[in-house]
Amino acid sequence: MPQLLRPFLRFSPLIATALAAVAALTGGAAAQAGDRPTLTVYTYDSFSAEWGPGPKLKQAFEANCDCTLDFVGLEDGVAILNRLKLEGPSTKADVALGLTSDLIPEAKATGMFTDSRVDLSELEVPTGFSDPVFVPYDYSYLAFVYDSESVENPPKSLADLVSGDPDQKIAIEDPRTSTPGLGFLLWMKAVYGDEAAARWEELRPRILTVTPGWSEAYGLFTKGEVPIVLSYTTSPAYHAIEEGTDRYKAAGFAEGQYLQIEVAGVLKETPHAELARTFLSFLVGKEAQAILPTTNWTLPVRDDIDLPEAFSDLVSVDRPLLIDPETVAKNRRAWTDEWLQAVGAR
Amino acid sequence: MTAERDVRSPSDRGDVASDARAALRLDDVRFAHGGAAFRFDLTVRSGEWLALIGPSGAGKSTLLDLAAGFLTPSAGQILMAGANVTRLAPAERPLSMLFQENNLFPQLDAFRNVALGIAPRLRVSKDERRQIEAALSAVGLEGYGRRRPAEMSGGERQRVALARAFLRRRPLILLDEPFAALGPALRRDMLGLLDALRRRDGAPPAAIVMVTHHPEDAASHADRVAYLQAGEIAAIGPAAAMLSGRTDPRVSDYLGLRSRKA
Amino acid sequence: MNTRTDRRIRIGAGITAALLALGFLLGGILVLVVATDKAPDVVALLGDPYVRSILGFTLTQAGLSTLFSVILAIPLALALHRARFPGKRPILRLFLLPQALPVLVGALAVITVWGRNGVVSEGLAAIGLPRLDVYGLSGILVAHVFFNMPLAARLFVAALDRVPAEGWKLAGQLALPPFTVFRTVEWPALRGALPGAAALIFMLCVTSFTIVLVLGGGPAATTLEVAVYQALRYDFDPGRAIGLSIVQIVLTALVLVATLLLGRDPAGGFGAGGKARRFDAPNRLRDAGDGLVVILGTLFVVSPFAAILVSGLAADLWRLVSEAAVQEAAATSLLVAAAAASLSLLVSTLVLMAIEALRFGPRPGNARDGVRIGLETATSLVLVVSPVIVGAGWFLALRQVTEVLAAAPYVVVATNAVMAMPFIVRIVGPALRQANGETGKLAEGLGLTGAARFAFVDWPAMRRPLALAFAFSLALSFGDLGAIALFGSSDFVTLPYLLLQRMGSYRTADAAGLALILGLVTVMLMGLVERGFAGKEEPDL
Repeated sequence: MPQLLRPFLRFSPLIATALAAVAALTGGAAAQAGDRPTLTVYTYDSFSAEWGPGPKLKQAFEANCDCTLDFVGLEDGVAILNRLKLEGPSTKADVALGLTSDLIPEAKATGMFTDSRVDLSELEVPTGFSDPVFVPYDYSYLAFVYDSESVENPPKSLADLVSGDPDQKIAIEDPRTSTPGLGFLLWMKAVYGDEAAARWEELRPRILTVTPGWSEAYGLFTKGEVPIVLSYTTSPAYHAIEEGTDRYKAAGFAEGQYLQIEVAGVLKETPHAELARTFLSFLVGKEAQAILPTTNWTLPVRDDIDLPEAFSDLVSVDRPLLIDPETVAKNRRAWTDEWLQAVGAR
Repeated sequence: MTAERDVRSPSDRGDVASDARAALRLDDVRFAHGGAAFRFDLTVRSGEWLALIGPSGAGKSTLLDLAAGFLTPSAGQILMAGANVTRLAPAERPLSMLFQENNLFPQLDAFRNVALGIAPRLRVSKDERRQIEAALSAVGLEGYGRRRPAEMSGGERQRVALARAFLRRRPLILLDEPFAALGPALRRDMLGLLDALRRRDGAPPAAIVMVTHHPEDAASHADRVAYLQAGEIAAIGPAAAMLSGRTDPRVSDYLGLRSRKA
Repeated sequence: MNTRTDRRIRIGAGITAALLALGFLLGGILVLVVATDKAPDVVALLGDPYVRSILGFTLTQAGLSTLFSVILAIPLALALHRARFPGKRPILRLFLLPQALPVLVGALAVITVWGRNGVVSEGLAAIGLPRLDVYGLSGILVAHVFFNMPLAARLFVAALDRVPAEGWKLAGQLALPPFTVFRTVEWPALRGALPGAAALIFMLCVTSFTIVLVLGGGPAATTLEVAVYQALRYDFDPGRAIGLSIVQIVLTALVLVATLLLGRDPAGGFGAGGKARRFDAPNRLRDAGDGLVVILGTLFVVSPFAAILVSGLAADLWRLVSEAAVQEAAATSLLVAAAAASLSLLVSTLVLMAIEALRFGPRPGNARDGVRIGLETATSLVLVVSPVIVGAGWFLALRQVTEVLAAAPYVVVATNAVMAMPFIVRIVGPALRQANGETGKLAEGLGLTGAARFAFVDWPAMRRPLALAFAFSLALSFGDLGAIALFGSSDFVTLPYLLLQRMGSYRTADAAGLALILGLVTVMLMGLVERGFAGKEEPDL
């Protein structure tokens, strides 16, 4: 590659490379042909990545729909919602997929979504879920994942974690900038209520650092910098199936695990409303649900899916915790401030 | 090479005996840079004033830089007062060199610039202070001690440099056209000053190797003149004979003496 | 065309170029204000205790980071400049690499060396000492020093290179001891470059985001940039985001102006490096000290790269290289980087030529100086405009006229180009100034204008620094992520984006492999472009 570049760099770097760039960049955008309808789905990028569920779902859905399924991968659920807010009603999206249930009130407030008309009664979502607009397609539980080679006595409860040895560090995500970070904030709130701030202060010495997102925290964990990290109950399944190791385990907490439900919805202005609804039905159908666990590393919303063996070793959750989205929307700011006070003051 | 031998005057042959006292001796010194090759053989006697003339690129400044230690020869030896200095750093060689410009540190005043010659840490004793002030007044700059280079004229700056060079009392002084930018009268004054200074206190005078583009400078002060061409000393001899152009046709070509002949 | 017309054209072109660059940035902000109908309320923001506390922290960490980077860079630059050893040039080139690394990769590499389980901690633990705990302000400082101290060192080495040859010759001949050389030659040269270097590093640290959060140890370490991100991406409050951004810009502008008043060399500058020949008096103690400083300094800079190398080699590199996704991402990155670097070079050169035209004008006046300082400041301030805001603004603007995803590459290229400008200005500026000082008058006298003046005055002086500038901005854009995040789509994936994507889906080994590939390609690009552009290296005398 650099060898190829060399001649033009020598002669006229400005013009040649600029032209080459313009040519290449415009070339890709031009063609998008065919008379089959294209269903555009905004999602997060690990969903649309080539190892994510996107490509397999696309193949399965396109086999029957006589359409083109087009995933647009954005950073995360929050980014999807922001993109929709920026674009307004003229958005290209027909479906938004990958919002967490916490975002539902905010998403509805945009007025950009329409009823899904998908029958949710057959679905198995912990704590129950019913909503005319959004369809839950998978869920996961937050969990503290630990390295079994360096943690001999993993915490068995949130109380254990909070009062544990401050020299055994944990890494968590920032509720101001990340979904699992906010999830843990809510988890503490769900368990401790008004005492959450005091418990945060107790936990504080144990927190090595608060990262902007999941990647940074998990990177610190796999590097061995922290033995315990805030992640999901399904994380060990990835390491077991893809890497063949059972070194990393999730700690089940007596108080329960906080639940994160991922939902999808149809945009009001879509010209392909029927197709969009068909896609959402497909998404909660058996075929798609069987794809999700080992590509998105989440749990299916149906109980008739055969899960790989690694999933049966996961922490089983008897007490799912969830604060209803409306309450979250109302209190998020105040709770974040409370958290900042408790953890930030030095 | 042969040319060099041809023009040697009989007196030059006596050099070998006085080598131990030679202020500078280049013994088959070789140096190459960017396609140009240099080779120098030269003896400068103690107290002698030698002028180097020749076209640009002939190697005049290269010769000085080799002598001063700013360039390292690829072969050959450089001796000063009988000692081999070929591998010595510039700091360890018994000489002072004046450049065409930038001889002073711009943020130090004249006094400190001179002081650096004898007090490299700029801690000056009473006695040294007297010496420095004497050196400044010897070059006609009494009372200029607090001025910075930017506040002085080109001639004044070079006088400060001269004051420093003489305060250092090195037996060899190399001049890389330090007066080239000055007018004819000022240049003459400076050369006169230089000559007076080196004979000042009865000690044996310092030897001088001077690069110049002005034959009249060489004529008025130099004992001998060396003509350089293409990286070698093509001819060397007593100043008067060399500058008459009769010793070597290349020299007379360079001096423009033959072109008039039809 | 006479020289006056020529000067006017140069000034005009430069101002236009600068306005285009600024317009691109400020336009983005403006569009966001208009489109979301949210005017920023800066006064209210400044009254907010949360904002005030992060403002304090932002300034503290940036100030300290700058101080440490600059203070540590001075002995390193001095030692590197004095010492002559094989491999000096590659080391100096390596010193530009931290800037080209995606920040997260660099931060994790720093942790591999300095973290609780890092190499240093393991060493300490092995001899019975407590492990390092860098999380907090100290961690932020270590990482910022890793990213910026080498940059400062290069700026200083270049400043030392600009000392006239006679300075070193005199110092050698007069056998000046090290401290006198420092006082008479080195410090005056460094002092000229100091304000520029400090201003540049301050700006880079003010906007720090990932490092501050990852190494800060908790929300007590929060910068304005984090708040901007939070406001725009998480709370979707553009008014607040813009307000915070304005606070950040104004604050940095104040710092910049202060440095302008302090030193006459606001932009500072760095050249190809390592050309000056010195003749310091022999001094064993000093040489030993230099050796130690060079070894320690180089170890500090190189060790995180070694960490990247080691963890990268553990990845399945061959599979990665043969993956279509990786190849496409690498090609996209190369194109984006080449286009951004070319554009940046063009715009910066125009601005620089205008600055020189203004500097050497026949009638120096306050208005001219004002314009010149304005241009110089403008090219620096771009660093503190948050790319998230610019991206969001342009996203909204472009939506009105075109398909946003198709336009995304152009916005990314433009953002990267603008962000590279402060560096290019610092690399090429000093050479151009010197050339105009030396041959500018001659060109005036000969009435050289237009292409002839460019060919005989500007181009010969700029060729080598332009090569370095091109290589550097290529590397900067190649490793950049900020501009792309907002537009992300499966059609437009760059190598750093792919890297973070894999990191975000458990594929740590792949990410480590990609980091290594990214680093290697960057080093190759820099070396290649410098060679191809500037011709074979002249042997040092």
